Amino acid sequence: MVRFVISRLLRALVTIVAVVTFAFVVLRMSGDPAQVMLGPDVPQEAVDAFRTSWGLDQPLWIQYLAYIKSIFTGDFGVSMRDKESALQLVLERVPATLQLTIPALLLKLFIGIPAGVYAALHRQSAVDRSVILLAILGFTIPSFVMGLLLVLIFSVTLGVLPSGGQDTWVHGLLPTITMSIGGIGILARFSRSAMIEVMGQPYIRTASAKGVTWSNVVWNHALPNAAVPIITIVGFMVGSLIAGAVIVESIFSWPGIGRLLVVSVSNRDLAVVQCILLMIAATMVLSNLMVDLLYGWLDPRLRRQTVH
Amino acid sequence: MSFDLVEIRDLKVAFDGTQVLHGINLSVDRGEALGLVGESGCGKSVTWLAALGLLPGKAAISGSVRIEGNELCSAPRQALERVRGGRIAMIFQDPSSSLNPVIRIGRQITEALTLHRGIGGETARAEALRLLDMVGIPDARRRFDLFPHEFSGGQCQRLMIAMALAGQPDLLIADEPTTALDATIQAQILDLLNQLRAETGMATVFISHDLGAVSQVCERVCVMYAGRIVEQGSITQLFSRPRHPYTRGLFDAIPRLDGPRTRLVPIPGTVPNPKQLTAGCAFSPRCAHSVASCDFQRPELDVMEDGRRLACFNPVLADEPTPALQTVMEDA
Repeated sequence: MVRFVISRLLRALVTIVAVVTFAFVVLRMSGDPAQVMLGPDVPQEAVDAFRTSWGLDQPLWIQYLAYIKSIFTGDFGVSMRDKESALQLVLERVPATLQLTIPALLLKLFIGIPAGVYAALHRQSAVDRSVILLAILGFTIPSFVMGLLLVLIFSVTLGVLPSGGQDTWVHGLLPTITMSIGGIGILARFSRSAMIEVMGQPYIRTASAKGVTWSNVVWNHALPNAAVPIITIVGFMVGSLIAGAVIVESIFSWPGIGRLLVVSVSNRDLAVVQCILLMIAATMVLSNLMVDLLYGWLDPRLRRQTVH
Repeated sequence: MSFDLVEIRDLKVAFDGTQVLHGINLSVDRGEALGLVGESGCGKSVTWLAALGLLPGKAAISGSVRIEGNELCSAPRQALERVRGGRIAMIFQDPSSSLNPVIRIGRQITEALTLHRGIGGETARAEALRLLDMVGIPDARRRFDLFPHEFSGGQCQRLMIAMALAGQPDLLIADEPTTALDATIQAQILDLLNQLRAETGMATVFISHDLGAVSQVCERVCVMYAGRIVEQGSITQLFSRPRHPYTRGLFDAIPRLDGPRTRLVPIPGTVPNPKQLTAGCAFSPRCAHSVASCDFQRPELDVMEDGRRLACFNPVLADEPTPALQTVMEDA
């Protein structure tokens, strides 16, 4: 078990380094921060001075080594725009993003999974068909369309909910709902198919044949088996708690990580973008790691393979 | 008035409008061992799954299944749940996938004990260990908390049997319990079933297409074809003098291990599609004995002079020799 955890941690580290490297190279190849920050008409001396002061005149590999070194000392650089610590800027935005993504995640879990399980247990019924239809609609409609649609209905036409801003919790309603709809659809579909698969297994018939009540067949015998495929999807959703809100935050002008990322990319604010990407990669990797550990806890057959 | 233990009357099952059981009449007496024989898809398992209400919801079931006079077919779910495992237990063909992979085997057995005998905790654990000893799981105490994948196929079937015994049922339905197992393990499981029946006095319905296995376990046999019983009688009657051409065909298709090498006589063709049954005898297209009336008229299951029941217009003659018979009887 210890060996398993260590090997997974090492792999996680490799993934993060790859992401950081990729972000570093691509950001520097795709545009000059000096041009963006200072504007097109500044004299060459000013551009050179800007480059020297941010170390951009150094060869790429020296910049890269310096960057990696500073990361390991906990220094994530300084924003070129605000002249503040990039880490500080990013961390300030985290609560706002989580205010949307955590309620959205809960909605996905508490609506998507029960809807899928219920549909699976009432296959071919009207409810089942409606769940399938709504689920497909939910995850095929892109969130920017869904967001605008909801604004049109609830803000423009009905005038009951605000279309943007972060003043009260009511302002969070539309972005949260927009964000959760796709996930609800995905989880409903996955839970449904996982549950249908499990309910067809011989051990479910065994449980019924030994007199287990129907609700206990579902709760104790079927759900723990259906949990493995469901938890995979949930893992992705947990992993994108930080990153998942880029589009929705932009639509509803919600001052979270997503908005900061969009602004920082267009400003070529290198340190901030890198810091956000690092954080996104870290949460994704961490949640994958948790899912791997959960697999073993949920399914003893997988536990054995991981130990060896 | 005394009842048979289980009495099935005119049991019919249809899936999506396609009838697969065409009125099964069958009774099981206390303590007896009844064999149900036939090719795959002839309705052997469906009969008992329907009786216990274990078929999926789309199955349309009619007829009557009574246990000691109490009707099961229209019974509420709670009544059925008490019968399942408590009066009638069932074990299945593929033991490894019939045990829940994520629940420790000890808990799977104590669950049945709690359901049907109301015992829990240490008492249930002790009783489960006794059952595991009884079905021959070595070192049960240490392996109580293992998962099904940590047992072999034969041991999984023993676990299934232990679980079935937990509710102290009056009838054990063994649905092809040895089909997925090696020959040596098969023999062990058959011995175990015989031994348990002798010890507990529970009746056994043994569903199989293996005539040799049936002869080792059962006293009485029903041969099923395409959702009907075509011949029914004691082991001796059927094995020494099979009268239905289908029963005879099953014997002829068994390879002989001794004597001169002879060609196997397979039954030509396959089991008919239940959607395309004609008004005549379902076996007539494959039958060497069929006469003109077989194609448009269906023979009823009638009692013969020797007590067996037979549904055939032109049965195999009583004195026709059965080449494969010797092998099966000697195996037994």
